Amino acid sequence: MADATTSPPAAAHAPIVRNVPAFNGHSVWAMYRFQMVRFFRTIGESLATPVITTALYFVVFGSAIGNRMGMIIPGIEYGSFLVPGLIMLSIFTNSIFNASFGIYFPKFTGTIYELLSAPVSSLEIVIAFVGAAATKSVILGLVILATAYLFVPVTILHPVEMVLFLILVSFAFSLFGFIIGIWAQSFEQLNFIPMLIVTPLTFLGGAFYTVDMLPEAWRGIAQLNPVVHLISGYRWTFFGLQSDNVALSLGVTAGFILILLGVVGWMFKTGYRLKN
Amino acid sequence: MARQAKKTGRPRANNKRHLGDFFLMQPALSNPVLSIRGLSKSYKGGLQALKSTDLDINRGEIFALLGPNGAGKTTLINAVCGIVTPTTGRITAAGYDTRKDYRSARSLIGLVPQEMHVDIFETVWAVTSYSRGLFGLPPNKAHIEQVLKDLSLWEKKDEKIQALSGGMKRRVLIAKALAHEPEILFLDEPTAGVDVELRRDMWALVRKMRDRGVTIILTTHYIEEAEEMADRVGVIAKGELILVEDKATLMKKLGKKLLTFNLKDRMATLPAELKEWDLALRDSGAILEYTFDTQADRTGVASLVRRMGELGIGFNDLDTKTSSLEDIFVSLVHAPKPATIAPEASDVRS
Repeated sequence: MADATTSPPAAAHAPIVRNVPAFNGHSVWAMYRFQMVRFFRTIGESLATPVITTALYFVVFGSAIGNRMGMIIPGIEYGSFLVPGLIMLSIFTNSIFNASFGIYFPKFTGTIYELLSAPVSSLEIVIAFVGAAATKSVILGLVILATAYLFVPVTILHPVEMVLFLILVSFAFSLFGFIIGIWAQSFEQLNFIPMLIVTPLTFLGGAFYTVDMLPEAWRGIAQLNPVVHLISGYRWTFFGLQSDNVALSLGVTAGFILILLGVVGWMFKTGYRLKN
Repeated sequence: MARQAKKTGRPRANNKRHLGDFFLMQPALSNPVLSIRGLSKSYKGGLQALKSTDLDINRGEIFALLGPNGAGKTTLINAVCGIVTPTTGRITAAGYDTRKDYRSARSLIGLVPQEMHVDIFETVWAVTSYSRGLFGLPPNKAHIEQVLKDLSLWEKKDEKIQALSGGMKRRVLIAKALAHEPEILFLDEPTAGVDVELRRDMWALVRKMRDRGVTIILTTHYIEEAEEMADRVGVIAKGELILVEDKATLMKKLGKKLLTFNLKDRMATLPAELKEWDLALRDSGAILEYTFDTQADRTGVASLVRRMGELGIGFNDLDTKTSSLEDIFVSLVHAPKPATIAPEASDVRS
């Protein structure tokens, strides 16, 4: 990477040679850091809202209602049962929000010119922007998990898988958010897809119940909702329930990521809503 | 992906260029630091912002691209920098193709945009360091410090950009471009809406950059600026590059003055005694015109007036008019077929 450095201004007219490495580490780090600095500067606001929201869920659903519901699944209190679902819920919305805003904001302010004129590949931009958004989500997920400990008993049977799953899903939804950010041409559009698609899919995705609890007819339909598989896979890392199909869950996530990568690739190749 | 620059730099040459002269692509003839061939851009909806354009920029020169608003200046710059996808054409920077080898090409190019596109919530230091990193260079605090000091931004380095004045924001944009040590620097209307003091600073800075070997391409619609700064001038109008000329040549053509006498008595022919001056009669002998070179040691004005007095040629009034880059610019831009030098200008040259 040191190759990319310029020697002190061209001695008269020495030939100009620039060798940019195949992977431009300095660029990726600069972009990633720039995104993260903003996050850490406003870390109070960044974390307070989701933490308070989640705490409210625990108070209302976990304690107030949950106590009357008893155990949905033998051995697991309703409050504890909620934990993985609520973490996923926050991961979905925050990944989309952070990533879409991260790329939409430069478009909105016009500073995108610098990104487009920089010696970076689309892959490097994606790694930095989506990576930053996913990092924020993972931090958030862990903070919510810590909050949950304050309200309900939490056991994690597969901690390593739990973290890996968190990272994978954060990345997938950040990628999705990144695409929305490129697509959006107004702040309204920026909120449109999360409100219209993601929130319903999440609520119908089994964050507050297991799909088994649905009437027979709905169970089949629910299987078509990818969020169902993500939440059930994540729940497995906590409770190891037999009904949760981990392989399917991972498959859905991987497939989702591949499709999104294809879309991003196409967007950068054609300059879709990025440049004329 | 190491690739050597195929062409090496060479001292600035005063080559005459013909548009579309493809032989210039041979390194033996010319080594432009930036080479544009057949570049055109049509936007969706049919607007042709740039017609097929050829342009070579020599290493180390200051090139001024002149033209009215909407002439295609920014489109040209944006196409080179990767912000606009060209419809046709090929661009190379130091031999690196801006499409195939865009990483090497772009790492050489700095852009100061026309609009105040800067992240107002960040500090001067943060955005400037960011630009350096973004362009693939390792952190270098000393360099950033130097750039900020050169632009009188050092005292403001920890201030958020939203707290800065318009002129200061403009400086930040320049600092961002200089932070990554470009070999080719584009300044898109650097002095639009900038006060006189900042404009002078900007000019000084541009000269300083040139002294360091940086090639500078600036767009402007202030002719004064092109006159002050440029080594060469290109005039662009309605998406077409209609003139590329050494400024010195251009000014020689244009550095003429016209002295007009309103004669008391009409004159049918010029007296032989006045042959040594470049004179012409207009308005059926009512007006006598003298064209002279303002740059010459002796303009001949005093002696002409003396001789006219000796000959008893009286005049009611006299008037002088300077032909400037502005004249040629206006006539070029408004001429229906902008291929030739405008008539007024050639009159002046006589």
